[in-house]
Amino acid sequence: MSGTDWPLWEVFVRSRRGLSHTHAGSLHAPDAEMALRNARDLYTRRSEGVSVWVVPSHEITASSPDEKDPFFGPAADKPYRHPTFYEVPEGVRNL
Amino acid sequence: MTGSEGLSARSAAALSDPLLPLADDSLVLSHRLGEWAGHAPVLEEELALANIALDLLGQARALYAELGEEDELAFLREERAFRNCQLAEQPGGDFAHTMVRQLYFSAWQELLYAQLAELGQPLAAKAVKESEYHRDHAEHWTLRLGDGTEESHARAQRAADSLWRFTGELFEPIAGPGPVGEVDWDALRTGWTERITRTFERATLTVPESPQEGAWKAGAGRQGIHTEPFGRMLAEMQHLHRSHPGASW
Repeated sequence: MSGTDWPLWEVFVRSRRGLSHTHAGSLHAPDAEMALRNARDLYTRRSEGVSVWVVPSHEITASSPDEKDPFFGPAADKPYRHPTFYEVPEGVRNL
Repeated sequence: MTGSEGLSARSAAALSDPLLPLADDSLVLSHRLGEWAGHAPVLEEELALANIALDLLGQARALYAELGEEDELAFLREERAFRNCQLAEQPGGDFAHTMVRQLYFSAWQELLYAQLAELGQPLAAKAVKESEYHRDHAEHWTLRLGDGTEESHARAQRAADSLWRFTGELFEPIAGPGPVGEVDWDALRTGWTERITRTFERATLTVPESPQEGAWKAGAGRQGIHTEPFGRMLAEMQHLHRSHPGASW
């Protein structure tokens, strides 16, 4: 038995209520339930989280580094798309 | 009680405390689990085992600190003064052996600590959540090994059978003042047996029918009588402290 026989899982941890899950890393596990438990041991042992998601890595479709320019380049010169021209209403946190 | 030379009066007084067997269980099993460091089948599982070991070490430390001097109780007692159950001291064997040992132990500890928490033992209230997770972890592995391949099934069954004779001792009442003396050991045995039976059924394993008592009936480990591998484990665990008394880093 070796870890390379097991599928890879991506781990997302929500650090507290109100925040979204953030990618924390990845791990090997034989199935989803064990992946959750491994994630708990690897990524939340210092009480970093209140909720954990695990996703099979092969289910993730990622943008290719080769397509970086057509994908992200056009947004570079459009500063008016940034919300910096608006005032943030009082009482809004986590924006 | 023998094997207590060199202990302070406070630690020596702890030797007959009913909480000491529970502290010893946690310390000894923690050390056994720690033996997997660098040897576990996969990195993820190595961390899981280390996590469980650290939880158990934490339980032991909290109890020792309440009873006497931690280091003295852990490192300066001879084999005969340790009151852990023999199940805890059994060598890890293969991975199935380690997991079934954990299942037998944690299912028992969870039920015991739940009772103790209700009886007002403050440390048990915290530890019961830990043992619940340990049991859950061991249960998941037992299901996968038992209901896995032919090889994993055979190994899990072999572990279940060979460790069975150490489980009877878990239900020998520990006498003494305080919550431990009030534990309902019959209810503990019933609850544990139901839990193990249910898990083994799901894991397609057979609940052993052989006696639950080993060669030394009547709470052997609790009386300070241990199996042969325990002496070697203790030597490894204690040699650093004994070679360099009072050393620190």
